Amino acid sequence: MNQSDSDDLLVRMRGIRFAIGGRQIIDGMDIDIPRGKVTSIMGPSGTGKTTLLRLIGGQWRPQEGSVEVDGVSVHRVGREGLYRLRRKMGMLFQSGALFTHLSVFENVAFPLREHTRLPEAIIRHLVLMKLEAVGLRGARDLMPSELSGGMARRVALARAIALDPTMIMYDEPFVGQDPITVGVIMQLIRRLNDTLGLTSIIVSHDVQEVSAISDRIYMISDGKVVDHGSPRALAESASEWVQQFLHGRPDGPVPFHYPAPDYVADLFGEAS
Amino acid sequence: MIGGWLQSLGHSGLCFFVRLGRSALFMGRVAAGLPSLLPLPRLLVRELHSVGVLSMAIIVLSGLSVGMVLGLQMYNTLVDFGTEESLGPVVALSLVRELGPVLTALLFAGRAGSALTAEIGLMKATDQLSVMEMMAVDPLKRVVAPRFLAGFLSLPLLAAIFSAVGILGSYFVGVGLLGVDDGAFWSQMQSKVDLQEDVINGVIKSVVFGWVCSWIAVFEGYDAVPTTEGVSRATTRTVVHSAFAVLGLDFVLTALMFGD
Repeated sequence: MNQSDSDDLLVRMRGIRFAIGGRQIIDGMDIDIPRGKVTSIMGPSGTGKTTLLRLIGGQWRPQEGSVEVDGVSVHRVGREGLYRLRRKMGMLFQSGALFTHLSVFENVAFPLREHTRLPEAIIRHLVLMKLEAVGLRGARDLMPSELSGGMARRVALARAIALDPTMIMYDEPFVGQDPITVGVIMQLIRRLNDTLGLTSIIVSHDVQEVSAISDRIYMISDGKVVDHGSPRALAESASEWVQQFLHGRPDGPVPFHYPAPDYVADLFGEAS
Repeated sequence: MIGGWLQSLGHSGLCFFVRLGRSALFMGRVAAGLPSLLPLPRLLVRELHSVGVLSMAIIVLSGLSVGMVLGLQMYNTLVDFGTEESLGPVVALSLVRELGPVLTALLFAGRAGSALTAEIGLMKATDQLSVMEMMAVDPLKRVVAPRFLAGFLSLPLLAAIFSAVGILGSYFVGVGLLGVDDGAFWSQMQSKVDLQEDVINGVIKSVVFGWVCSWIAVFEGYDAVPTTEGVSRATTRTVVHSAFAVLGLDFVLTALMFGD
C-alpha cells in the first residue's frame, strides 16, 4: 500500500488477536477502513464481527496488535484521549440502545447536552434537523417504548450523528426488520455517508443489503479475514467459503453436519 | 473427594476476593465521580425522589407497625414490674439504637437497592451503558454516581423517619390504649435517651448502612451478567448480601459503640 492510500485510511487494524473466556475470537486480522467509504464486515454469527467494532471503539483491548483511528492508537491514548476520539465516532447498536426514560427528542439531545453548552433554542434546531434526516421529526415526543424496532433504530441513528462524527459504526443494522424498514435503513446509511462525508463501517451477515450499499467488504470467519474487496470482486471470488456464504449454500467448506462419528456406526454400534 | 472439595472451596474464596477487590476499585471510581454531580443537581434530585421519597410509604408503615408492636410487648413485660412509665425510653432506645437503622437498611435493600441493581443491570443488558461510553460519557459519573449518592443520603433520613414514626406508634398504643401516663412517657424518654450516646451512634450506623447498601446495589447492577437471568441473579444478590452486611456490621458497630 503506497503513502497516499495509507493517508486515506481512517481505521487501520494490524495483527489483532483477541480472546475472551479462553476462546480465541479474533486470530490475527489486518483490516483497513478507507475514509469516506462504506466498508462492511461480513461473516457468520459468532465470528467476532461485533467484537471488531468494540475494539475500534476502545471498549475492549486486544491481547496483541494495534488499532489506529485517524492516526491515533486507540489503546494507547489513555481515558481522556479515548473520550476525545470517541466524539468523532458514532455507533448504532443492534438494539438501538435508546435511553428508555427519555423521549425521542431528549435521546437525540443527550450527546449535545453532555458535550456542548449550546443554548436550548440551538439544541432544539439541531435535534429537529437530525430527526428530519431520519424522517422522524414528527415522533419527537414519543417514548422509546412507543416506537417500532425500525423507528428505534432510526432515532438511535439520529442520536449517533448528533455530534457530527467522522465515522459511524453499524452493528447488524438490518437484523429483525421488515423489508420496508431494511430499505429505509439502507438508503439512510448510504445517503448519510455521502451527504455528511462520513466513513461507515457495517457489521452484518445480510448479503444482499450489504452488497448493494458497500464500497468494500471484508469476509471473516473463525477469527481471520477470508477475503476482501469490492462487492463485485467478491462475487467472483475463487474462495469456496466466500461462494458458499454469498449464495447461502447449506453444505460446503462450512459443513451441514456438526462433527460426529460415522452415522451407521452411531446407529447400530451401541446395540450390537 | 476431599481434594476436589478443597479445590472448589479455594476457587470460591479466590473468586470472592477478586470480586471484593473489583468492587473496591469500582467504589473508588464512583467516589471520584461524585464531584462531577455538582453542576448537575437535577440528576441527584431525580434519584433522591426515586430512591428516597418513593421508599417513604414502606418505611412509615413498617415503622408504625414495629412501634405499635414494640409498645404492646414492652408494656406487657414492664407492667409486671410496675415500671410501665419506662415504656417511652425503652421503645425509643430500641428504635434509635438498633431497630431504626437495621430494619430501615433491610427494607431499603429490598425496596430501593433491588430497584437500583435491576435498573443499572437492565441498562447494561440493553447496551445503554455501552452507548453512553461510545458517546464519551462516563456511565459511572452519569448513571452510577447519582444513584449511589441518593441511596447514601436517603438511608439515614429514612431511618430517622422510621424511628420517629415508631415512637409515635408506641405512644398511640402505650398512652392511647393501655393507659401509660402521657407526661412520664415523654419526660422519661427525654431524660434517658442521650444525644451523643444513643442518637448520634444510631445515625452513624445508618450512615454506614447507607453507604454499604448503596455500594452493593450499584456494584451488583454494574457487574451483572448482561442477560435476563444475570440481572435477576444480581438483584437477588443485592438483597441477600445487603442483609448479611447490615446484620454483620450492626454487631461490629454495636460492640464498638456500646461494648464497654
